[in-house]
Amino acid sequence: MSTQEVADPRLHTDKSDPVRVGVVDCDIHPAPPAPDEMLRFLPKRWHSYMATYGARIAGQPTSGIVPYPRMAPGHGMRMDAWPPGGGFPGSDLKFMQEQLLDACGIEFGILQPLTIGSTTTNLELGAALCEATNEWQLEKWTRKDRRLKAAICVPQEDAAASVAMIEHCAPEKDFVHIAVPTRTVEPFGRKRYWPIFEAAEHYDLPICMHPPASGFHCNTPTGWVSYYIEEHVAFAHPPQTIITSLIMEGVLERFPKLKVVLVEGGFAWVPALAWRLDRLWHRMRDEVPHVKHAPSEYFPRNFWFTTQPMEEPESPEHLLDTIRWIGAGRLMFSTDYPHWDFDDPRNAFKTTIAPQDRAAIFRENAVALFRLNEA
Amino acid sequence: MNVATSGAIDCDIHPAVRTTKDLVPYLDDYWREMRVLRELDRLDLMSYPAAIPLSGRPDWRPKAGNPGTDFQMLVEQALDHFDLRYAICNCLYGAQAVFDENMAAAFCRAINDWLRAEWLDRDARLRASIVLPAQSPDLAAAEIERLADDKRFVQVLFLARCDFPLGRKFYWPIYSAAVRHGLPIGIHAGGMFRHAPTQSGHPSYFIEDFAAESQAFAVQLGSLVSEGVFTKFPELRVVLIESGVAWLPAMLWRFGKDWRGVRVEVPWVKETPASIIRDHVRLTIQPLDAPPNSSDLLRLIEHIGSEDVLLFSTDYPHWHFDGDAVLPSLPATLLKKIQVENPLATYPRLAEAIQ
Repeated sequence: MSTQEVADPRLHTDKSDPVRVGVVDCDIHPAPPAPDEMLRFLPKRWHSYMATYGARIAGQPTSGIVPYPRMAPGHGMRMDAWPPGGGFPGSDLKFMQEQLLDACGIEFGILQPLTIGSTTTNLELGAALCEATNEWQLEKWTRKDRRLKAAICVPQEDAAASVAMIEHCAPEKDFVHIAVPTRTVEPFGRKRYWPIFEAAEHYDLPICMHPPASGFHCNTPTGWVSYYIEEHVAFAHPPQTIITSLIMEGVLERFPKLKVVLVEGGFAWVPALAWRLDRLWHRMRDEVPHVKHAPSEYFPRNFWFTTQPMEEPESPEHLLDTIRWIGAGRLMFSTDYPHWDFDDPRNAFKTTIAPQDRAAIFRENAVALFRLNEA
Repeated sequence: MNVATSGAIDCDIHPAVRTTKDLVPYLDDYWREMRVLRELDRLDLMSYPAAIPLSGRPDWRPKAGNPGTDFQMLVEQALDHFDLRYAICNCLYGAQAVFDENMAAAFCRAINDWLRAEWLDRDARLRASIVLPAQSPDLAAAEIERLADDKRFVQVLFLARCDFPLGRKFYWPIYSAAVRHGLPIGIHAGGMFRHAPTQSGHPSYFIEDFAAESQAFAVQLGSLVSEGVFTKFPELRVVLIESGVAWLPAMLWRFGKDWRGVRVEVPWVKETPASIIRDHVRLTIQPLDAPPNSSDLLRLIEHIGSEDVLLFSTDYPHWHFDGDAVLPSLPATLLKKIQVENPLATYPRLAEAIQ
């Protein structure tokens, strides 16, 4: 996004308060107040299935709790995010407006519903759950607050069902992206997912990839870790696998306009991955002759990164190197409301960011990517 | 001769086993018989195929056999050419990856004895890592005890992808033996393929698999710190070999922030992960996933926050650089530390040899 296109003069004069500038929050987690709210959107057949066989989520040794229990109630919620009127954090629109949208000056909020539709092993159930989540977002959220924009949740392991869902939802302009978890059955560049890329490119919808609470494979290449802190540190790894796979499988040659957003996976690792892939590609490009460009050339064309949890170098100003190496045009602000490691736009950055970069990161990049001015 | 590296200590070179026939003199009768009966003639690592470009620089490949199998070539091209004071042999071979722990231990023993007789005995500049059957910490600790008196063994060697994260108590008997004998833990790129190389399964291409090795190194650091290995073994040193290096600052930042948020889960971790890692962990410099210009490389080193953590390596005969371009473009004082002082501080047995 060129900074010359920024129309609002306040962007150039106000260096301290993003709230007055307008913020796009690229990672808001809406929740049902209680699990049974979703049943209204789910065909009857699945009510009894869920009651009898459960949700069958891959990679979870225990049901009713995430594999790595968080340090705060609600599986890691902000302690003050429980709505005063009851229900789960992120389930009460009025309270969300008060605590997040109004307080933080959120001009647009991109919903990232964490549906188990993408991680259940029963693909038909997964499709039904995704469909329910999509309808629910419109009824409960985007039609009640025009700032909020919805995700087309897809059961990515069933590409045909996913494409059908994208085709069904795309005409509804409240849907501004396709949501896929970062841990898929196969590396995301594999051919089984290509129909999803074709649909995403056709409808010009970015694919937002957010870490799920569990996945289909061991959570590290060297065995299951013991602690949540280890798992959370390793949340930075699936996005690297995704980028590597999309490049090396030739996806970005076949679908050059594909837009992929890595949500909540950090971004400080991005330059090192680009340098690493370039080095290896120069040495072994004969293995992947379909990759026509140095890997680093795809980064500024096809990938975006959300900022939460904000990278916090020991010397805060080191973040400026990282931003320079990635390019401010690739970063988009996010809060992760209502999760425990929420970033407030007013103090998320611990160092001074150039005004034009702030404008790009807090607002302009997301407005352009999700076409929010058209919505 | 390359003057710039004169007197340097090379912390990663790779003598290679041709086939298990090389190891026959060092196997007992039982495994000699099993070797024939069960056709255990090649145990090359799947994670490091000998024929790929990375495994052997074109001018460092012998006319016959895999890169690293020719003693004379290694002496001339690595020791003599770079004028090395010492070079630490890290033998990568499938004994470290097989499922049968007894087979693993037998072949690791044979490799270590082969290293002694056919490499260390033939050139006084050579040092070696003890190859371990990580499949069985008891057998691995016994192997350390067996060889500990030979001071030319300066380290013990793991692959980056194992059965379990390396912080787990399962491995602590190995750390206990290593600390007792002043041996750092070396973790080298490569793996046992117990688990998929990524959280989304097996990638299609070698290039993806190798790119993902840096994730395994990060996981191992996360595990070693979080499980309290450095709390239990404060003298333990860990050397990450062929990790790429550039991924480290981002990992330190994320780990540090997470620790501030959820340290209640691991109360035995008393300091910031970054300071624990800088105190205990070292990294070899080849390959270096370096930014394109040298001022950015300096920034990267500044992000790591220490001039003590990098160790010189050529990674001979692996192909990471051409000609003499083994040294990153860094100030001379820092290069001196990387080439000599840091290795001596990391490997107490090297320093002992000098006295």
